[in-house]
Amino acid sequence: MTTEESDGTLPSTIAAICRRHSGREGPLLAILHDVQDTFGHIPDEAVRHVAYTLNLTRAEVHGVVRFYTDFHAEPARAHRLKVCRAEACQAVGGRAVWAAAQALSAVPDGRVEIEPVYCLGNCPCGPSAQWDGRTLGRMTPERVHELVAAANGGMPS
Amino acid sequence: MSVYLPRDSAAVSIGADEVAAAITAADPALSPLRTGARGLYALEPLVEVDHGDRRIGFGPVTAAAVPGLVEALRHPDTGHPLRIGDVDTLLADQGQNRFTCRRLGRVVPDDWDDFVAHGGTRGLRRALDMERQSIVDAVTASGLRGRGGAGFPTGRKWQTVLDADGPGKVIVCNADEGDSGTFADRMLMEGDPLALIEGMAIAGIAVGAVHGYIYLRCEYPAARASLLTALDIARHNGLLGADVLGAGHTFDIELRMGAGVYICGEETSLLESLEGHRGEVRFKPPLPAIRGFMGRPTVVNNVVTLATVPAILADGAEAYATLGHGKSRGTLTVQLCGNVRRPGLYEVPFGVSLADVIDELGGGTASGRAVRAVQAGGPLGAYLPASALDVPLDYEALAERGGMIGHGGIVVFDDTVDMAEQARFAMEFCAIESCGKCTPCRIGSVRAQEVIDRIVDGEARESNTALLRELCETMIQGSLCAHGGMAPHPVLSALNHFPDDFNRQAVGS
Repeated sequence: MTTEESDGTLPSTIAAICRRHSGREGPLLAILHDVQDTFGHIPDEAVRHVAYTLNLTRAEVHGVVRFYTDFHAEPARAHRLKVCRAEACQAVGGRAVWAAAQALSAVPDGRVEIEPVYCLGNCPCGPSAQWDGRTLGRMTPERVHELVAAANGGMPS
Repeated sequence: MSVYLPRDSAAVSIGADEVAAAITAADPALSPLRTGARGLYALEPLVEVDHGDRRIGFGPVTAAAVPGLVEALRHPDTGHPLRIGDVDTLLADQGQNRFTCRRLGRVVPDDWDDFVAHGGTRGLRRALDMERQSIVDAVTASGLRGRGGAGFPTGRKWQTVLDADGPGKVIVCNADEGDSGTFADRMLMEGDPLALIEGMAIAGIAVGAVHGYIYLRCEYPAARASLLTALDIARHNGLLGADVLGAGHTFDIELRMGAGVYICGEETSLLESLEGHRGEVRFKPPLPAIRGFMGRPTVVNNVVTLATVPAILADGAEAYATLGHGKSRGTLTVQLCGNVRRPGLYEVPFGVSLADVIDELGGGTASGRAVRAVQAGGPLGAYLPASALDVPLDYEALAERGGMIGHGGIVVFDDTVDMAEQARFAMEFCAIESCGKCTPCRIGSVRAQEVIDRIVDGEARESNTALLRELCETMIQGSLCAHGGMAPHPVLSALNHFPDDFNRQAVGS
């Protein structure tokens, strides 16, 4: 993964991403997705270069990054577990799955980002979660524990 | 002989990939073709096998059950404990009329020939022989209404865009299916993405637009992959491009991804997002049909709406309009879930009763306990008590009961539900997902949570309940869009139908 300490690389990477989207109308979200896919998050430095390239203010780009839940300004942990908190999952025990996940997010130095999500469209197979982009159905608090413990290297939760 | 198994992400979430691998390992000759899902999720993973002109289903199959299933797949007329018989007969016996979802679960989504063999491009070819106005007239005559939630007549929206001046008209597909309890858009995009593309092409030709966007929520990675492949296939086969099916029209589609924000399913917020801004809602008017994407006339339609259009053109408006009830014509893709035995997608003509959907199709609660509350139409829909479910599914009839059809999602709760908790959650969700542009929604939703907490804690219950009702009224009347304007509905319905849940302290003491 490219990181921002490789001096000169970030601006040229950003320029290449912006070029890829040139000719498109309103490309900012698409560009930010690519930036995040490349760097794992959207560093401040990237915000500056995207703003410069698109002739926007830094405030405008920053405001967009901060508005969208799935844009991350900070580096993330190795894995991401999204747990559905919405009604259809609540009706089949989703509150307990979320509570288990939330309790685990407090583990210091854990390797899993734990986030709520409001519907994964997996409702008929709920409670639902998404592990690094893979949707999981019929979740239980126990399965959340297993997944997170395995990722944390068997660390007691 | 072919074997079929869904690649639908919900089926995969409960083991479809493992079943596919087990079948292939047992006998490579039976290696399943991956399709969309039929919507019968209680039977997923659902394996189907050709038998004459029928498809015999087996489900729910686990990887462990595969060795014992192989012989039955080779001889589908023999008995097996998981055998459910001909799947299409089962759907018909349920009263389903698969108009929009005609190919869903039957075709291989990446197979152009399969798409065409099952009626794909028929609607578009008909449209290409028609005048623009006639296409719009056909959609109007079908009675099709926006399936995204608002239920606005699709033909009227298209007419406005057709009549609008200005170049650069745009077709936008709202694929930001964020309502809890809805998954029909996802199923169609994963299982029959070419239907959506065909529908958008028809819309483009009808109103004179050459460019389309699909705004897809990023919670749907499988739909993204499916759409990207389908867009390539569509271009390769001339469904998209500079000369659509050789008839001289230009139309192409760009897939754009959202970034985890519910409010971007609201059409003006979606347009802001598509333009690269924060997804804050716009004032209406002007309507997007007049000034939408980049200020240009824009059709914004939901996935189910657009995917229904090719079938309407292919079969004729009359075929669709004869189905249904009252002003709700055609079929509704009911998405039944929550605490039900047989959750899934059921495409039925409008007019079937909500109670029948839950009891007959859904088989009652999964827990075996009594149904206590049903939320129809997504997180902004009212909670209906068990006594109010004998109502036909119809936009107007449900509205009379204080409910709504919305996107067709129905979430069932059994008698263990705490309705004060559900009411509080509705406001918490409203606050989390508020775009922040208008005060009633941004602040009201936060204050409402505090007031509900005080009521439940027994603090000045009467005056706080009056305050909550007043606050809900302010949000309904004063919010800029349906997010803040409708979030009070689940709260007020909980308060009206389940007052004891807000009064547990007093009841308990």
